[in-house]
Amino acid sequence: MTTNSEFVVQTEQLSKTFRVGFWGKKVTAVDGINLEVRPGEVFGFLGPNGAGKTTTLKMLMGLIYPTSGQAWLFGRGLGDPQTKARLGFLPESPYFYDYLTSREFLGFYGHLFGLWGAGLDKRIDELLDLVGMTHAKDLQLRKFSKGMLQRVGIAQALINDPELVVLDEPMSGLDPIGRKEVRDLILRLKESGKTVLFSSHILHDAEVLCDRVAMILKGRLVACGRVNDLLDQGANHQVELVVDRLTPEGLDHLRPLTDKVVMQGDRMLVVLKSQQQVGGALEIIRAAKASLVSLNPQKGSLEDLFIREVEGHRRPPEDRA
Amino acid sequence: MKILSIALNTFRENLRDKLLYNLLVFALLMIGSSVVLSRLTLGEFHRLILDIGLGSINFFGVLIAIFVGIGLVSKEIEKKTIYTIVSKPVARYQFLLGKYLGLTITLFVNTVVMALGLLLVLYAQGVPVEGMLFKALALIFVEFMVITAVALLFSTFTSATLSAIFTLAMYVIGHLTADLKVFGAKMDDLSRGILDGIYYLLPNLERFNLKGHVVHHLEVSGSDLTLIVAYGATYTAVVLFTASLIFHRRDFR
Repeated sequence: MTTNSEFVVQTEQLSKTFRVGFWGKKVTAVDGINLEVRPGEVFGFLGPNGAGKTTTLKMLMGLIYPTSGQAWLFGRGLGDPQTKARLGFLPESPYFYDYLTSREFLGFYGHLFGLWGAGLDKRIDELLDLVGMTHAKDLQLRKFSKGMLQRVGIAQALINDPELVVLDEPMSGLDPIGRKEVRDLILRLKESGKTVLFSSHILHDAEVLCDRVAMILKGRLVACGRVNDLLDQGANHQVELVVDRLTPEGLDHLRPLTDKVVMQGDRMLVVLKSQQQVGGALEIIRAAKASLVSLNPQKGSLEDLFIREVEGHRRPPEDRA
Repeated sequence: MKILSIALNTFRENLRDKLLYNLLVFALLMIGSSVVLSRLTLGEFHRLILDIGLGSINFFGVLIAIFVGIGLVSKEIEKKTIYTIVSKPVARYQFLLGKYLGLTITLFVNTVVMALGLLLVLYAQGVPVEGMLFKALALIFVEFMVITAVALLFSTFTSATLSAIFTLAMYVIGHLTADLKVFGAKMDDLSRGILDGIYYLLPNLERFNLKGHVVHHLEVSGSDLTLIVAYGATYTAVVLFTASLIFHRRDFR
């Protein structure tokens, strides 16, 4: 079945129920998810561990079958071989054929797309260069560190020059440098016009990278939209001021407008309750002849939003598959 | 082409597996030791060399088929390597057949190496080599193909350890199924029906055993040989088809 192919990824009430244990107890891992990923965007799929992110991605990749609901990639139903030729996938904490060298490894995946010969060799060199692994092209994967595996894993996902790249927790387990490299790589993919869908529980990465995000909790979608919109929606609009040499008198005037004051010698950090207090606060500072060092509106972070959602949705704990 | 790529990758995986070489070395040692053992017998040392030689090839080949074979699919699922394959434009049955073909190539190469070992021993001991020996070797290989298919079937729905146990059990039972028929003949109708059912369901591996023929210089007609090979091929095809059906429906989680 086909649908509107305006979206690269589209799901409608996508659900998955697993049967676990000896008695086949039903556990809902994904519960009626609606997602829409547009061409050329970086889309973050966020949620705590066990929220159903990997299950959703696996359904999209044809590794597990949905219990109910539907999904389309490039407007085509799941499992269509033509669709699979247009996407690349990096699973979570991947284990690869560790008896292969990087070159053999990428060669093997190339063959699965019908790539052979000089064209494939060139592509492999390009990819190894892109992920910074040229030095290890003839090294067996068993000798690789986790970061190196992640990088050849990404190279593997790009072997067919896919239009859609799906990465499951690409940053987890990497050191700060490794994470930055993956972030840069995702941005480079976006620049070259690819659509990137990645899951993560590291919210900072998502904030920096994503055009839009969806937040999933216990199998349900709790928020979805542009990162800035979500942040604005969730922000409490506090303003942070740093002031030098404010007299104790001035501070007494200022205090009613503030939420928090932190003193550090001559300098103090003042958090105003809301943006409405800014005008009044500045007048007090000017009258007290103190100097204003900085003024920062607090945007709130995805993390704040996330924690609020988690607390709002706290239900009795369930077993997760 | 995709099946072939997966098969060649599987073959490469097997070639880099230390277990394979250990088994192969033991097989060759066993074949070689038949010379020493034959010295302990009076007169019949030709028969002993052939008997131990063919027996070793069969036994170690089956061990390779089972212990390397069960890793084929269950290990891929346990180690999640399959995630990257199934998300590529590869149908699940192509993956399965590729794995099967890869191990078949490995087993073929191993059978040839072990057979060469045996021929070397026979030549060194001045034992005459008859055509029957090659027919026996060919049927041993057909048996490997059946066992590998069975191992693959089990590994599509259970863990590596359980597949190994089940397949080993199938190998042992498969060599004893003729007894089921004999046993059933002495029972009432219902029991005989059930035993006959089991007899036809399980592979009759004793059919592939021509060791006695080689040792005792008996002949097997061409039509019998064809029938036995056809039986092996059909059994393998049905098992692989069933494995594909199970594999197609399975969730990888």
